[in-house]
Amino acid sequence: MDRRVVGDHGSVGRTAVLAVPVVFLLVLFVVPVAAVVRVGLSEGPAGMLGVLVDARTWGVLGFTLLQAALSTVATLIVAIPAAVVIAGYRFPGRGLLRALVLVPFVMPTVVVAAAFLALIGPTGLLGVDLSGSIWGLVLAHMFLNLAVVIRVLGAALATLDPDLENAARLLGASRWQAWRRVTWPLVAPSVRAASAIVFLFCFTSFGVVQVLGDGQLRTLEVQIYRSTAYLLDLPAAAALALLQLIAVVAMLVVVGRGRSVVAGSAVDISRRPRGWREISLVAGVVVGTALLVVTPLLVIAGRSLLVGGQWSTAGWQVLFSPGETTNAVDPWAAVLASLRTSILATVLAMLVGGAAAIGLAMGRRGTWLRSVDAMLLLPLGTSAVTVGLGMLLAFGRPPIDLRNTGLLIVLAQALVAMPFVVRVLTPGFESFDRRYLEVAAVLGRTPRHALRTVAAPLLLPLITVAVGFAFAVTLGEFGATVFLATPADPTLPVAISRLLARPGEVTVAAAYAASTMLMLITAVVVVGIDRLRAGKAVVF
Amino acid sequence: MLRLQAVTASYDQPVLRGIDLNVARGEIVCILGPSGGGKSTLLRAVAGLVPHGGLIEVAGEAMVGVPPHRRGVGMMFQDDLLFPHLDVAGNVGFGLRPADPARVAQMLDLVGLSGFGPRGVDTLSGGQAQRVALARALAPQPRLLLLDEPFGALDVVLKAGLVLDVQRVLRELGMTVLAVTHDRQEAFTLADRVAVLRDGTLVQVGTPDELWNEPADMYVARLVGLSVLEGRAYRPEQIRMSAGGPWSARVTGRTFRDGHHLVSARVAGETVVFVCDRALEPGTEVRLAVT
Repeated sequence: MDRRVVGDHGSVGRTAVLAVPVVFLLVLFVVPVAAVVRVGLSEGPAGMLGVLVDARTWGVLGFTLLQAALSTVATLIVAIPAAVVIAGYRFPGRGLLRALVLVPFVMPTVVVAAAFLALIGPTGLLGVDLSGSIWGLVLAHMFLNLAVVIRVLGAALATLDPDLENAARLLGASRWQAWRRVTWPLVAPSVRAASAIVFLFCFTSFGVVQVLGDGQLRTLEVQIYRSTAYLLDLPAAAALALLQLIAVVAMLVVVGRGRSVVAGSAVDISRRPRGWREISLVAGVVVGTALLVVTPLLVIAGRSLLVGGQWSTAGWQVLFSPGETTNAVDPWAAVLASLRTSILATVLAMLVGGAAAIGLAMGRRGTWLRSVDAMLLLPLGTSAVTVGLGMLLAFGRPPIDLRNTGLLIVLAQALVAMPFVVRVLTPGFESFDRRYLEVAAVLGRTPRHALRTVAAPLLLPLITVAVGFAFAVTLGEFGATVFLATPADPTLPVAISRLLARPGEVTVAAAYAASTMLMLITAVVVVGIDRLRAGKAVVF
Repeated sequence: MLRLQAVTASYDQPVLRGIDLNVARGEIVCILGPSGGGKSTLLRAVAGLVPHGGLIEVAGEAMVGVPPHRRGVGMMFQDDLLFPHLDVAGNVGFGLRPADPARVAQMLDLVGLSGFGPRGVDTLSGGQAQRVALARALAPQPRLLLLDEPFGALDVVLKAGLVLDVQRVLRELGMTVLAVTHDRQEAFTLADRVAVLRDGTLVQVGTPDELWNEPADMYVARLVGLSVLEGRAYRPEQIRMSAGGPWSARVTGRTFRDGHHLVSARVAGETVVFVCDRALEPGTEVRLAVT
């Protein structure tokens, strides 16, 4: 029986609805990327070749790959035990830990970088200076991406029938053998998919490298930004961006192939740990994971109150004083600018992403629809820096110069947030049983009333989650925004990165105060999302 | 109360090919047919949930262009489809304008769930949920109630009791009902008249008696549970084991019901059911005769 009859307004309606996101992507993604290609090739093949044969380019590419690989391995080492413990055992504070591990993933990269600067920077709390070393990057990336592996592997483990492992045990396998020969092969595809995503995120990571790299570490992203902002060499930047784009597309193809679909409904496989060995193992992993997630965040807050080795609220005072600047940056203005752009970008991302999700959920899955679906995810895979550079090239200089309108940042952030919105909304819209609307109709209620009293309340948690994700993503967006923000009107992450790069104890404290504020807003949003349970919707 | 004339509907291909049927006020008519035979489509056409051709009249009023919410037709679906965000009372009262708590309580009494109003719908058993769905469908006093396999999702024991309960409620209210099912026992229990739907057309409409005693064709005969031997339909008690009987059969199964052994056997590609005084093991070869 086809359950979609009521909502099916035919292919005309679907095409109209899907036209919104497709046009949005064409104008804001394809045109900018085309601009990158055009500028990259503007000096003829020679210019591009010049960049490609430059030994420095390959050094940068090699370093980018190396740090991404090391970061992925580090993430797996920490995340796999955490995922197994969270999915498999019942312990006090489990729900809290589950929500906590999601927090770093949505933390603005600049805030995370600031946190690790405070921990392992030149005057770091831990007394070792890893800024400017690859290990600082690896740690920060591990922190950021823990949630990806924990969530994906956790979801895979939760859909496994525990009787599978029991059956293996009854066939004479030891617990370890049962895990290695039954459970692991079943969840390995998920781990591979999660690793590919983490690798991709680390490969295109920008904010962390820019802030923690101390100007010495150069990934492709950072090099693209330096070529644009410091060297003013747009063709070189575009050539690097092209190289980046090719690498990312190649990786996306691999990820697409390796993507595992976790089928089956989730069951709670958890049980209380038994015996002192198991209890101490679980306790160790739980405490370790919690510390790992919480420490950097607490350190930022602490650091914001430290000025020249003394406790002081000077940093916060600067932050909350409208019009007051430190090192030519007005933090309060940045707060307001951030909120303004994020709200506008979230609204835009919800409208466009919502239209996309409705269109995708309305139709039967065909090749055409699947390609639209894949296309909508492109901005997620492409580096934000490439998007930012492309928008700058396409709309940020004559004949079309939108830089001073503030509109460009809103558009870029909406573009970055839109795939998240689509990912969250589409499965929910698809699984929404339209017969509920039919029930309302045969009970004599108008379609409008049914939408208001049935569809809206049932879909509201999902929509809230999408809004929350979009808001968190836009609030923390750095890679694209840094290209498009005017010096006079930066968003909070851009302001933080500028403050951190400048001397002055109060300036640095203000940077940490701003980071703390950004962190708190994001954390409130994310924990709120998780409370709505619908946050279980896997976002990648 | 309900008049169908040459009703057609199609998805990718025709599903209903000209249905004619009248349901009198207070009558319960049940459409019997295999899954995928267009039964649900017919109900959805009456409810206005799918586009259709031909004439559908409710209480003498043509339903052409009338949207579902103005048809005054209630419907109960195969799954209870209770709104998960509302409690029991909220569900039952959903179709009531203005809100009418007294009517909600009255409907819950009627289906035997007095006091269930404040309960969450996820706390109900399958049978209770269907009762709430029935109360919800009946609360706005529809002119006609449509039942789409309302007991399909329930287990056998629960179903038997619930079918009788529902029938009692419907009779008490004098409700006009068009139901569909693939279960002949359910149809025979519930309905005044049964309509057999095959490939989008009604092949026979009649009382359970008429269908059982005078099936229009062998398809109807098989559907109502008769055995077909050489183009003729027989009731189970008309077939017996006989050493010199004309048909050789291989036993395929047996069940014990109400003091009789009911044995099913294959005869020349046809499944027959007969009454027997002892249990026969599957695989046994027997000879059958008719009386």
